[in-house]
Amino acid sequence: MALATRTDRRPSFARTVWDSTVGKKTVMAVSGLIMLLYLVVHMIGNLKIFFGAGDFNHYAHWLRTVGEPFMHYEWTLWIIRVVLVVAVVAHAVSAYQLSRRDIKARPSKYVHKKPRASYATRTMRWGGVILGLFIVWHLLDLTTGTVHAGGFQEGRPYQNVVDTFSTWYGNVIYIVAMLAVGLHIRHGFWSAAQTLGAGSRTRDRALKATANVLALLLTAGFIAVPVGVMTGVVS
Amino acid sequence: MTYPDYTAYTTGEPVADAKAPSGPVAERWDTRRFEAKLVNPANRRKHTVIVVGTGLAGGSAGATLAEQGYHVVQFCYQDSPRRAHSIAAQGGINAAKNYRNDGDSIHRLFYDTVKGGDFRARESNVHRLAQISVEIIDQCVAQGVPFAREYGGLLDTRSFGGVQVSRTFYARGQTGQQLLLGAYQALSRQIAAGNVEMHPRTEMLDLIVVDGRARGIVARDLITGRISTYFADAVVLASGGYGNVFYLSTNAMNSNATAVWRAHRRGAYFANPCFTQIHPTCIPRTGDHQSKLTLMSESLRNDGRIWVPKAKGDTRPPHQIPEDERDYYLERIYPSFGNLVPRDIASRAAKNVCDEGRGVGPGGQGVYLDFADAIRRMGREAVEAKYGNLFDMYQRITDEDPYQVPMRIYPAVHYTMGGLWVDYDLQTTIPGLFAIGEANFSDHGANRLGASALMQGLADGYFVLPATINDYLARNPHHEPVTDDHPAVQEVLAETEDRLNLLLAVDGDRTPDSFHRELGELMWEFCGMARTDAGLRKALERIPQIRDEFWRRIKVPGTGEEFNQSLEKANRVVDYLELAELMCLDALHRTESCGGHFREESQTPDGEAARKDDEFAYAAAWEFTGTGEAPTLHKEDLVFEYVHPTQRSYA
Amino acid sequence: MKLTLRVWRQKNAEAEGAMSTYEVDGISTDMSFLEMLDTLNEELILKGEDPVAFDHDCREGICGACSLVINGDAHGPERTTTCQLHMRSFEDGDTIDIEPWRASAFPVIKDLVVDRSAFDRIIQAGGYITAPTGAAPEAHATPVPKPDADLAFEHAECIGCGACVAACPNGAAMLFTSAKVNHLNVLPQGAPERETRVLDMVAQMDEEGFGGCTLTGECATACPKGIPLMSITSMNKEWLRATRKAKR
Repeated sequence: MALATRTDRRPSFARTVWDSTVGKKTVMAVSGLIMLLYLVVHMIGNLKIFFGAGDFNHYAHWLRTVGEPFMHYEWTLWIIRVVLVVAVVAHAVSAYQLSRRDIKARPSKYVHKKPRASYATRTMRWGGVILGLFIVWHLLDLTTGTVHAGGFQEGRPYQNVVDTFSTWYGNVIYIVAMLAVGLHIRHGFWSAAQTLGAGSRTRDRALKATANVLALLLTAGFIAVPVGVMTGVVS
Repeated sequence: MTYPDYTAYTTGEPVADAKAPSGPVAERWDTRRFEAKLVNPANRRKHTVIVVGTGLAGGSAGATLAEQGYHVVQFCYQDSPRRAHSIAAQGGINAAKNYRNDGDSIHRLFYDTVKGGDFRARESNVHRLAQISVEIIDQCVAQGVPFAREYGGLLDTRSFGGVQVSRTFYARGQTGQQLLLGAYQALSRQIAAGNVEMHPRTEMLDLIVVDGRARGIVARDLITGRISTYFADAVVLASGGYGNVFYLSTNAMNSNATAVWRAHRRGAYFANPCFTQIHPTCIPRTGDHQSKLTLMSESLRNDGRIWVPKAKGDTRPPHQIPEDERDYYLERIYPSFGNLVPRDIASRAAKNVCDEGRGVGPGGQGVYLDFADAIRRMGREAVEAKYGNLFDMYQRITDEDPYQVPMRIYPAVHYTMGGLWVDYDLQTTIPGLFAIGEANFSDHGANRLGASALMQGLADGYFVLPATINDYLARNPHHEPVTDDHPAVQEVLAETEDRLNLLLAVDGDRTPDSFHRELGELMWEFCGMARTDAGLRKALERIPQIRDEFWRRIKVPGTGEEFNQSLEKANRVVDYLELAELMCLDALHRTESCGGHFREESQTPDGEAARKDDEFAYAAAWEFTGTGEAPTLHKEDLVFEYVHPTQRSYA
Repeated sequence: MKLTLRVWRQKNAEAEGAMSTYEVDGISTDMSFLEMLDTLNEELILKGEDPVAFDHDCREGICGACSLVINGDAHGPERTTTCQLHMRSFEDGDTIDIEPWRASAFPVIKDLVVDRSAFDRIIQAGGYITAPTGAAPEAHATPVPKPDADLAFEHAECIGCGACVAACPNGAAMLFTSAKVNHLNVLPQGAPERETRVLDMVAQMDEEGFGGCTLTGECATACPKGIPLMSITSMNKEWLRATRKAKR
């Protein structure tokens, strides 16, 4: 008889998620939102630079002592760093694999070319690559000091930031990257909401508006620092 | 060139339906199901059934037979079973649920259908259809067909096609689509389960009959061009109607009559071929380039008013024609039914006013369907809610805004009531060959009521055939398999290949479409809405000539071993050229008017169709004798025990 | 009207294809796009050339067979199917590019005809409600709230033409798959198979080689039946729910 009962076992939760395009998008959405949350906190912290070297350096030191006495010195910071690395890697690997798949799914292009989709949508892939490279430079510049212009001083972030933004290329790299962040968030936030199933007809406008506001605030907030240095407000 | 006299047909033995049990009509279906032999469930997978077509009838039959355990091999010419033309049905599906408590019942649906068919249908079949209608709705709802619902969550119904009760279930203007997708999904489940072997883009080109029984088909893979044989214990044709004989019709472009016609050539009788339905509310043609006609739901007639100018040749735009110079002719001639008269009457009335020279639009082939009154009465919003999608469709095609300018409509060929003759079991005169849905002739008599085609297709496919085919398979176990080596198979294969090769070899100077169009125009003129003895004779004189010319001048580029749409088309025209002849002969021999068949010689003093019950209360089943040769007529007498023939009156 | 057509010609699945240029004259603005192609084909046949192969059937916008990318747009410039597109949407003297759907899951069969059987297999994976004939309860036994019925209908309108895949830069079939998932999952009749349906259909969709969704919205813009982009969101939600709930 034809009324067969399903007998095959389903793969594990992790397998199902990782093997599916929808699952990988979920991984991207979750990791993206973690990074977005971090960026919001990071930007607020950055703005402390406008209150002077003392405030800013104090804040930087506090980051290492958060959670004491329960947490040891820098433990919290390292936990955050690990979470972020995992998020970045998961985001990038998923993106890479999905892109490979997408390109394979449309091997031949249309002869009649047409600009499609919004700018933010089309720049997600390249924007992501730019941001990845930026993160590497950013860490080497201001965390490890490897490629820092001028003498990198551990524990003196205010001076380090001023140094970086005293070079023209430091400003260019940073500002370009922050514009990329803005575009990336603009499509990414809304997209993550759809992937996680949080979108709906009634909520769509609110989500799009939130994405735009977030993108604008973060870009403006981050760019304020080099602009501050350039204009001499921060020195 | 002289041709044999096709009209010199002989009358053979009457044909009788031996399968319908006697007794009260309401009990016959139960009796038949009980008397039918069954196949042991464990043995069913050993039986193969071929189903040709995946529309409402074929799709539902394939799914159900597979659920029962049979091995089903199914075919469709489309790239997917989901595209069968049942998908285009708009209006709805009738069922005697009586959810409205408005006096409906199985008996009333039975009565309406027999009467609507102008007393040319078999009572037993129609009653069974009415009984099953109730189960169809249950089945479709369980499958997830999203019928329209009321706020209480229960199913909505409407009155359709001038019927006095609200028994039509619908899914906006896309009921056919939704029902078909339901059947397609059920079929898909069986394909996935391995019980149905589906062959899309594969067209049946001939029937294989071995020792008097249908044992398989010859089919062409439309991608590779390969011609193959498929064998089975029974063959079911669910290949739809033959409206495309007229070239312009509301049928899909590739709907064709090859399967039924080839079966007819192999011995299946063809019944009532002249019974064709012309639908009154189609969008008029715009020029010679027209490739098909688009129907708009008949529900438009519920609120729209049909009119033409009173004066001949009045070319003023509609809004400049004052009220008293307009002729609301349906309301004038049929005051009690007005714009809601049955399809055949509405169509013929439109033809008459256009023939008088009062038609509107390009070529004067159209009448107005005006919603100005409805918009005034109900408000634009209410009209939009009710007919919005139809108005959009009209505007897309004609570029006219029906909220501002009255629509123009004209009748078009829509459905064919005739088809392969079948008994109560839906078996044709070839044992083992069954015909279901529009492909058979059984339930609609001379005229089909609105929203009944979907009902019949699903009734045949889900409920009737799966019950009756058991009986055949149980009584006729085939022990020796048929192979390609069998001489009968060799012969069919060779004939098919020869036919295609000949089409490719002629290399003439006319396209398949040009012949199809020529034939269609001839049929529309002489075998369309109104038929006369002289006109039909003229058509019968012309058809062999066109056929002759076809075989001298046809041009089909390419080869047979590739995807070749011209070859597909030409091969279908071959069969139209033969079927058209039979339609004309049937129309010529039936000198009465009934339902969709209107003979100008047979009308009442007021110009209504006049039946001749004493002469023509039979179904005309024709037996093939040879291409262009006079066929043999077998009459099936129709007995009316429950619904007594009366002359229809809609005045 | 006089037009220049640049049409993708490809002899068969294995052959290389290329654009060929044809001139057509005497085109009426009342013609449908396919009737314009019929005119071209009639001329080609008489010249003994191979006519342009394209899929078409009902020509009233419901069967989903027609499938042309016209000037880079699936189904052309209007929001409708190719068969319902009329020549009045073009200007005299226009050059029109006509290409097949392009996606690796939709291989070209000939010229403008592609193989869309991947869609059938997605439906076969779970796009149904298991309701064997004869086993149905009385239709009114389970009322369905009107908003749910309407939502189901809106998604059930999908004609399976594949324009969503053709328009998507990633060749994704998310809109098609989500339309069927949402149609059936919103109905009480579809509830028993709610989780398996979405998991199996998405898995099949991936197996067929369709790309992933980047929410460009091209699919919903091209959809002749107006299936909204939000369908994909709803399917994602169903899928996440199912991964949590599915019995292992």
